[in-house]
Amino acid sequence: MNLSTAAAPHIRTRDDVRKIMLDVIIALVPATAFAVYLFGLKALVLILTCVVSAEAFEFFIMRFMRAKKEFRPDGSASVTGLLLGLNLSLAIVWWQAILGIVVAIGIAKHIFGGLGKNFWNPALIGRVFLVTSFPVHMTTWLTPFDLQTTATPLMELKESITQGGAAVTGATSTGSYSISEMFLGRIPGSIGEVSALLLLIGFAYLVIRKRIKIPVPAAFVGSVLLISWLFYLVNPLYGHPLYHIFGGGLMIGALFMATDMVTSPMTLKGQLIFGCGCGGITMLIRYFGGFPEGVSFAILIMNALVPLVDIFSRRKIFGAVKSNA
Amino acid sequence: MRSLTFRGGVHPPERKELAKDSKIEHFDDPSRVFVFLSNHAGLPAKPLVKPGDRVKTGQKIAETGGTVSASLHAPVTGEVLEIGKAYHPVSLKPDQAIVIERKGEDDWVLMEPAGSFRDFSAEELIKRVKEAGIVGLGGAMFPTHVKLSPPEDRPIDTLVINGAECEPYLTIDDRMMQEHGRDIAKGIQALMRVLGVKKAVIGIEKNKPESIAAMRNAVKDTSVEVSAVKTKYPQGAEKQLIYSVLKQTVPSGGLPMDVGVVVQNVSTAFAVYEAVELGKPLIERGLTVTGECVKAPKNIIARIGTMASEIIDRAGGFDEDQLDRLVFGGPMMGLAVPKLDVPIVKGSSGLTLLSKSSASAKEEFACIRCGTCVVACPMFLEPYLIYLYTSRRRYEPAVELGLLDCIDCGACSYSCPAGIELVKSFVLAKKVYRSLKKGAKG
Repeated sequence: MNLSTAAAPHIRTRDDVRKIMLDVIIALVPATAFAVYLFGLKALVLILTCVVSAEAFEFFIMRFMRAKKEFRPDGSASVTGLLLGLNLSLAIVWWQAILGIVVAIGIAKHIFGGLGKNFWNPALIGRVFLVTSFPVHMTTWLTPFDLQTTATPLMELKESITQGGAAVTGATSTGSYSISEMFLGRIPGSIGEVSALLLLIGFAYLVIRKRIKIPVPAAFVGSVLLISWLFYLVNPLYGHPLYHIFGGGLMIGALFMATDMVTSPMTLKGQLIFGCGCGGITMLIRYFGGFPEGVSFAILIMNALVPLVDIFSRRKIFGAVKSNA
Repeated sequence: MRSLTFRGGVHPPERKELAKDSKIEHFDDPSRVFVFLSNHAGLPAKPLVKPGDRVKTGQKIAETGGTVSASLHAPVTGEVLEIGKAYHPVSLKPDQAIVIERKGEDDWVLMEPAGSFRDFSAEELIKRVKEAGIVGLGGAMFPTHVKLSPPEDRPIDTLVINGAECEPYLTIDDRMMQEHGRDIAKGIQALMRVLGVKKAVIGIEKNKPESIAAMRNAVKDTSVEVSAVKTKYPQGAEKQLIYSVLKQTVPSGGLPMDVGVVVQNVSTAFAVYEAVELGKPLIERGLTVTGECVKAPKNIIARIGTMASEIIDRAGGFDEDQLDRLVFGGPMMGLAVPKLDVPIVKGSSGLTLLSKSSASAKEEFACIRCGTCVVACPMFLEPYLIYLYTSRRRYEPAVELGLLDCIDCGACSYSCPAGIELVKSFVLAKKVYRSLKKGAKG
């Protein structure tokens, strides 16, 4: 009889990395389905192109370039593919999307060592690559259902800030979309970012399943709320706080991009610092930068600071007299 | 009201239903016993018998081998066959043991005098505890008389009795409290007398309501309190239990006595009662034989040195096809042994026979920085980070990050979704670091 003499503990959680990735995908299903409903079949084709090419490219890298014979897909590439797909403009062409995936998986992820080793959120690197390489495609926005070229709520707001309010209409001194339209998602924008409600439902699922670093989105959304509220008090032209929260990429960024486990800090304190940093930089860009949107850059900048934030926010050991940082 | 618990920890499946309703049975007739000279932490005991000697149950067969050591007593009446070797369930290698073949019924040698603990002075009590060879029965096997003699500059004001039994599967402390509550209460009062303390708190996890009720009833005329603590692993770890019941923090690198506390297990308190009031030395202990692979999981009081295989037979045997491993102790901190013919020691609180499905090996992934281990660690360490160093044999930075504060509880490895062997790496790293340091000193 052969008895195992493996080390303690002899029982382990049934959780594994694959199940975590699957849960993230499940959490994004409502927003994905809604995107297809709003923007039609092309949205579905783009998203699937991203997911399939991400898994295929990762498999190729692992099996052939890195010669890992035992590699079995863990689902992380699908998450990257899905997130990039949801962050595309509908005007993007399929081969551009694949190029974005190559950058995301190849450069942002595997150059640094693959799963768990990357500094930057791969999907965001892919998105930023596309924004800078194909700026016209990535900033052509279409209205839901009839797919007419239009401006996003935040583009209207940017115009209002830079031109002193000429474009701003409506009682809330915001744009041509109501807060409830933005909350529900009947607005132009990246394929999967539009419905705050459905993203929140997905987020709630991750919270229930304990799959998410809750302090990150709490600090991110909280700091945006605080900053935009203060600016709004000073001058309503800066836009209503809820406009900033529901009108663009903030929800998908705070709930699903900044919370990427690999590229966010490990301690409570670190996660709060990280979230506040994301919120602060987002608002700096939105108010004073050249883009109407600032979530992607804000998260990427804070991603780069995570190693420092981790060092700065070491926990105090139980019973320690002074901090062990 | 603040809930009685600590921060961190995990909730593994409890699996206590396997054995919690089975009354404690006695197993008094093993064919042979193997009494290790190292049946305790510290120096091995020195044998007082030689092959061929006839010994009686309770007769002293080895004396303490130094200050931190404990004496040994014959667990059965019979003949010493040899001082040979057997596989030790803690050091996990063959070790010296006195082998006694049982011959006939127990012919007891009891310690004199025996009677109410109230008739003993503190000095007499501590002498009796030492004489009886009592060690920490929670698993650490630290000689109890040493733990009860803190240095002068560490005044003790509180005795904490550990009835948490936070290890999954194990139910022996639960049964002991239900079936021997009054005796345990006497043992606790004897311990209080030794330490000269007025305050004693028994910490019991809330998943043992019968034990909480039994102990409350048993201590109702005394100053001993019973605290129902949250069911969470590792609630029974010394520093965590002290925090839960007293809200006191044992300093990093320190011992409970640094905050005026001594912790003893309920089974140890019972052993003290037996030594004082019945004159019985520590020659047997209760343990849970459990796990999916045992036919009839139960709680058994067995003689020290009985082979695990014989005890498992008493629990109806096991399912050979399904058995993955035999763990001495519980599944979180217990040690897996390579065969069934391993004798129990004074610290063996359970024999857990895990099936292939309950103990299956995990697929290992890269760390995805999910932060689960950071949340789980009851010592507030950052296991993922320490592992970056220990896995590369870089001990100094690991120690700076708190490696030596690790209590080996395994909450990190248990909860890691990437299946990384965190605590295994820490246990090894601590061992290597300490021996390197010893070597450096000379």
